[in-house]
Amino acid sequence: MSKVIHALYDDDEKLLDGVKALRSSDIHIVDVYSPFPVHGLDIALGIPKTRLAICAFIYAMTGFVAAATMMWYMMIVDWPMNIGGKPSFSFIENLPAFVPILFEASVFCAAHGMVITFLLRSWILPGVSNKNPDPRTTDDLHLVELDLDDKEASEAVKILKSSGAKEINEK
Amino acid sequence: MSNIVSKIREPLILGDRTIHDITLDVAKSVEGKANKWWYIVFGLSVAAATWGVCCILYTVGVGIGSWGVNKTVGWAWDITNFVWWIGIGHAGTLISAVLLLFRQRFRMAINRSAEAMTIFAVMMAGLFPILHMGRPWLAYFNIPLPNQLGSLWVNFNSPLVWDVFAISTYLTVSIVFWYLGLIPDFAMIRDRARVRGNAMYDKVYSLLSFGWSGRARDWSRFEEVSLVLAGLATPLVFSVHSIVSMDFAAAIVPGWHTTIFPPYFVLGALFSGFAMVITLTVTMRKVMGLENYITIRHVESMNYIIMLTGSLVGTAYITELFMSWYSGVEYEQYAFINRATGPYWWSYMIMMTCNVVTPQLFWIKSIRTSFVASFIIAFFVNIGMWFERFVIIVTSLHRDYLPSSWTMFHPTFIDIGLFVGTIGIFFTLFLLFARVFPVIAQAETKSILKIVGSQYVEINATAAPVKEVKEKEVDEKEEESSDDNADNESAENDKGDE
Repeated sequence: MSKVIHALYDDDEKLLDGVKALRSSDIHIVDVYSPFPVHGLDIALGIPKTRLAICAFIYAMTGFVAAATMMWYMMIVDWPMNIGGKPSFSFIENLPAFVPILFEASVFCAAHGMVITFLLRSWILPGVSNKNPDPRTTDDLHLVELDLDDKEASEAVKILKSSGAKEINEK
Repeated sequence: MSNIVSKIREPLILGDRTIHDITLDVAKSVEGKANKWWYIVFGLSVAAATWGVCCILYTVGVGIGSWGVNKTVGWAWDITNFVWWIGIGHAGTLISAVLLLFRQRFRMAINRSAEAMTIFAVMMAGLFPILHMGRPWLAYFNIPLPNQLGSLWVNFNSPLVWDVFAISTYLTVSIVFWYLGLIPDFAMIRDRARVRGNAMYDKVYSLLSFGWSGRARDWSRFEEVSLVLAGLATPLVFSVHSIVSMDFAAAIVPGWHTTIFPPYFVLGALFSGFAMVITLTVTMRKVMGLENYITIRHVESMNYIIMLTGSLVGTAYITELFMSWYSGVEYEQYAFINRATGPYWWSYMIMMTCNVVTPQLFWIKSIRTSFVASFIIAFFVNIGMWFERFVIIVTSLHRDYLPSSWTMFHPTFIDIGLFVGTIGIFFTLFLLFARVFPVIAQAETKSILKIVGSQYVEINATAAPVKEVKEKEVDEKEEESSDDNADNESAENDKGDE
C-alpha cells in the first residue's frame, strides 16, 4: 500500500534541511515544487547538472556554420560583386565584412535553440496543464512530494516534522 | 541566518514584506482595477498613437515625399528616431543580462519593466527604416531570399544588412529572455485565479504560463538557461548599437566617418536607455504603488550608471572635436565647426547641455537620491540624446560638398506625427503591459528577500557591530591587563557571552 505525502515548507532553509535529512535516510523524493529557485536544492536532491549550456554551444556552432555557408555561397560563388573595390575573390578576403553576421547568427541560433530545448525537455509548452499539487507552491510554500509504503512513510513524516515542515498531507 | 549580509548594505525591499506579501503586491496590479491616472495617461497615449498610425498610413500611401527630407538631407527625423529608439532599447537587456552576470541585486525590481521597454522601443525603432524604404511592402528584400532578379543577393558587405540581422536577433532574443522570466510569474497569477475561481484569468494565464509547475529540475534548468542567455545577450547588446553606428561610420560623409562611433554609440545608448528606465520606473512606482520595491537605492544605482555613461559620452564629444582638428582634413574640420556655430548651433547646445552638463549634477548626493530630481534629469537626458542623433545626422548632411546644394531641414506635420505617434504607441503598449503582466519579476525577488528585505538587513546591521565592539574591548584588555577596571569589564563581557 503506497502513500503519497505532500510536505509543505514556508522557508527555503528548512526545506533544504528536510531534503538533506530525507536523502540521508535513503527516502526517495518524487519531486520538489518551489515558488522561486532555491540555491543548492538541485545538489541536495542529487539532480545531475543540466547540459543545456553544451546544447547552446552546439546551436551556436550550427548558426555560425550556416551563416558562413550562406555568405560564402551568395557573395563568393553565386554572384560575386565588386562593391567599392572591396575584395571578394575568396571567403578569407571577404571575411572581415562577414564577422557581424557570423556573430549574430551564432547568438540567434544559440539563444533560440537552447530555450526551445529547455521548453521541450521540461515540457513547458502552450496548452500544457500544470502539475503542481498545491496552488500555494507558486506563492510562498515549497512542497516535497513523496510516494512511499506505510513503513517508510511513518519514518519520513518524522523527519519532515523535525525539519520544520509547516503542513503534512497524506493520501 | 545562513545568508551573509554586509552590514553596510541598505535594504532593496522595504516595508518588511514577506514572501506572501510580494505575491499580493505583484498580483494586485494584474487582478485589481486601474486607477484614474492610468486611464488619463492611457487616453493621451492612444490619442498620440492614433495620430502616429494615421501618419504611417499616409506615408505608406503617398511616399516619403510627405516628409521634410530633400536631396541633401536624405536622412532626417526618421533615422534620428530610429537611433533614439534603438538606444532606449539598450538598457533593458543591459539590466537583465549584464547586471545578472555582475550579480547586481538592484536589477530584480526593474528588470521586467526595463525588458518590456526594450522590446517596445526596438519595435518602434524597426518601424522607421521600413517606412524610409518608401515601399515598405518590399521590406523582405532585406532578407537573403532566392529570387528572380538574376540571383541578386543582399550585400553582406553593407552595415545596413548587418543591421537587419543585428536588430532582428536582438528583438527576438530579448522577447525570449523576457518571456522566459515571465513564465513562473504567469503561473503565480494562474494559481491565484484558480483559487479565487476566476475562470477567465485561469484560462488565459494557464495558456501563458505554459503549464509551469516550479519543479526543482525545471528551476535548475531555468537558472542555467537564464545565465547562458545573459552571457549571450551581453555581447549582443554591445554589438547591436556598434552595428547601428557603422551605418554612419562606414559612410564617407564628414562627421560620420569616425572610428570612435561604435563605443560612443553604445555608451550613448546605455545613457539614454537608463534615463528612460528611470522615467518609467519612477512613474510606475507611484502609479502602481510599488514604493516598497522600487526604492531610492535602485534609482541611485541607475544614476551612477547615467553619471558614468554621461561623462564618457561627453569625453567622446570632445575627442571627436579634437580628432577633426588633428586629422587635418578640412571637410571634417568644417563639419564640426558647422555643428557648433552653423545654423543648427542651438541643437548642438541642447545636446551639450542635456548630455554633458545635467548628468554631472548627480555628483551631489541629495540630487541623485531624489526621485523628482532624477526624473527631471532623466527627462533632459532623453531630450539631449534625441538631439545628439539629430546633430549627427542632419547637421552633417545639410551642408554638402557643393555649397549650391546647401539646405535646411524642416519637419512636416507627418514627421512630427511619426515621432509623437511612436511615443504614443510605445506608451500604449507599456501601459497595457503594466496592467496584464506582472511588472516585477516576483520569483526572482522572492529568492533575494532574505538578503535585501528590510527586516533581514536590519537584523544583520544591528547584530554585527555589537559583536565587533566586544572583540575590540577584549583586545584592549589584553594589552592593559594591569588595569583593574578593564579586568572587571572583561569579566562582565565574558559573562554576557555565556
